[in-house]
Amino acid sequence: MSNVPAELEYTEAHEWIRRLPDGTAEVGITDHAQHALGDIVYVELPEVGRAVNAGEACAVVESVKSASDVYSPVSGEVIARNGALETTPEAINQDPYGAGWMMRVRLAPGGGEPKTLSAAAYTELLSRESD
Amino acid sequence: MAMREPTIFECGAPQRGASDQWPTPAPDAMADIPPRLRRERRPRLPEASELDVVRHFTRLSQRNFCIDTHFYPLGSCTMKYNPKACNQYAMLPEFLGRHPLAPVASSQGMLRCLHELQEILKSVTGMSAVSLVPMAGAQGEFAGVSMIRAYHRARGDLGRDEIVVPEAAHGTNPATATMCGYRVREIPVNADGDVDLAALRAAVGPRTAGIMLTNPSTLGVFERHIVEIEQIVHGAGGLLYYDGANLNAILGRVRPGDMGFDVIHMNLHKTFSTPHGGGGPGAGAVGVSNRLAPFLPIPIVGEDDGRYRWLDEHDLPQTIGRLSTFMGNVGVLLRAYIYVRMLGRDGMRAVADHATLNANYLCARLAALGFDPAYPSRRASHEFLITLKRQARLYEITAMDVAKRLLDLGFHAPTTYFPLIVPECLLIEPTETESKATLDAFVDAMARILAEMQSDRERLKSAPHTMPVRRLDDVRAAKQLDLTWPGAPAAAESAGA
Repeated sequence: MSNVPAELEYTEAHEWIRRLPDGTAEVGITDHAQHALGDIVYVELPEVGRAVNAGEACAVVESVKSASDVYSPVSGEVIARNGALETTPEAINQDPYGAGWMMRVRLAPGGGEPKTLSAAAYTELLSRESD
Repeated sequence: MAMREPTIFECGAPQRGASDQWPTPAPDAMADIPPRLRRERRPRLPEASELDVVRHFTRLSQRNFCIDTHFYPLGSCTMKYNPKACNQYAMLPEFLGRHPLAPVASSQGMLRCLHELQEILKSVTGMSAVSLVPMAGAQGEFAGVSMIRAYHRARGDLGRDEIVVPEAAHGTNPATATMCGYRVREIPVNADGDVDLAALRAAVGPRTAGIMLTNPSTLGVFERHIVEIEQIVHGAGGLLYYDGANLNAILGRVRPGDMGFDVIHMNLHKTFSTPHGGGGPGAGAVGVSNRLAPFLPIPIVGEDDGRYRWLDEHDLPQTIGRLSTFMGNVGVLLRAYIYVRMLGRDGMRAVADHATLNANYLCARLAALGFDPAYPSRRASHEFLITLKRQARLYEITAMDVAKRLLDLGFHAPTTYFPLIVPECLLIEPTETESKATLDAFVDAMARILAEMQSDRERLKSAPHTMPVRRLDDVRAAKQLDLTWPGAPAAAESAGA
């Protein structure tokens, strides 16, 4: 069964969000997503300073099977990106919730908060999908 | 068991070669090349005799695992069987020897072939006009969406900046829309493989330039709501683009023009069976409805009282322009022309009938063995999907393991892991040219693999066992792109760089 840390929020498109105390959020793809993609060989991340909108494609993850868009789960401005993934994209396979983080976003004030899932709700989604 | 074939560098020895067969360079050939542009060292090239070279490449060619040697369930998506007659007649010296700038008066025969091909493709697809010039499927898509853009602009309808693409689309569709400056709006398909009409209704509006649709879709099923889709998209002021990748399933049966499509690209190098090994050349002819006809890429062939000539920007002032020098890949177009003339109307329908019959027969037999069709409630088109999700969970095997093991058993692997929305998927397309005996042999191989999942899992996980190379490291292959023969850089260093 996939690892779904209780302290994070999730989306139906298999991204995770870690809300930090300073009002920013860290974003990556879930353990389930990395497992489904297989060995990741290339990651394209958004530029720092780019505005991202919830639900829109913001990054690309390429594995030996496929290339897939990553949808931003939040709206705001990209303030950091995990440049280490350029040389070690396998970090997403090895540690999706840690070294495999993809970008940090300063959340847009007030609006743009999409419906995210709790760890329990995401776990339920995964068990439905595996039927 | 197979032996490693040495590289061409290892086949020869220094100073060996067939130098008597080279043209002798003129003594002053280098005189007008400035010294700073000249090589300081001879390039490191293989030095091998003619017989070394012939044997090396003959041995390599004998290792080809291809449609001329094996069942090839990648199907028209990649390469159908290419009838040898098409090649033979397109290679007639009268065609081969013609210069692309030869005057129209002495090119009437070739122009007539191309004109008849345009007419036949119009008739097969139900479109009003056809241009043969796009030189590949991707260029056909580019031409198609460029015409949609030109149409809206010509009407002063400048707010349309979105193209709707269902998630079951070919990856090239969103790429083409983006390339043409559009924003892509993806919509889902439902559990039976049809477009989600509610999502489509919500997605279209004054910003909709059009929809790009493959029908039958990449899920191997015919879109049953095509009439409603046409009404929704046209009702919103958008146009309908038909990706012809799966035309093989409907030839002579249903026509995209009758479904209401405004533009279609046809992969002549797939459905119409022209060869395109090694990545080209292809031919991505486009067909259009009346409203897009003024924008067709040029040149197209016109006929006036039995005389044929090129129609260019003087005849089509609103054309999106030229896509290549001259008139597309004429050699490929001639092969397609011969193919459709050999088939005729009835033969064309028989292609679609046998392609879908073969796919449905194979799907039914594999389902009876215990494999899971991804869309069990649907009749397959010319291709179908098997999902190995259940076997992956039960036996910890993957679609790739099955694909590799098939090679050992004498079958080319089907497409794996596409489309992306079906987990552990095999996309199988037998095409119309396979006999029942071949299909049954493929089923036997799949039965054996299914048994091995339980009885000999290790053999499956470590396949292939009988190929010239074993399981390749696909992560390394994707990340380390340097394919230089390791002997080459060392040799350069020893030359005293």
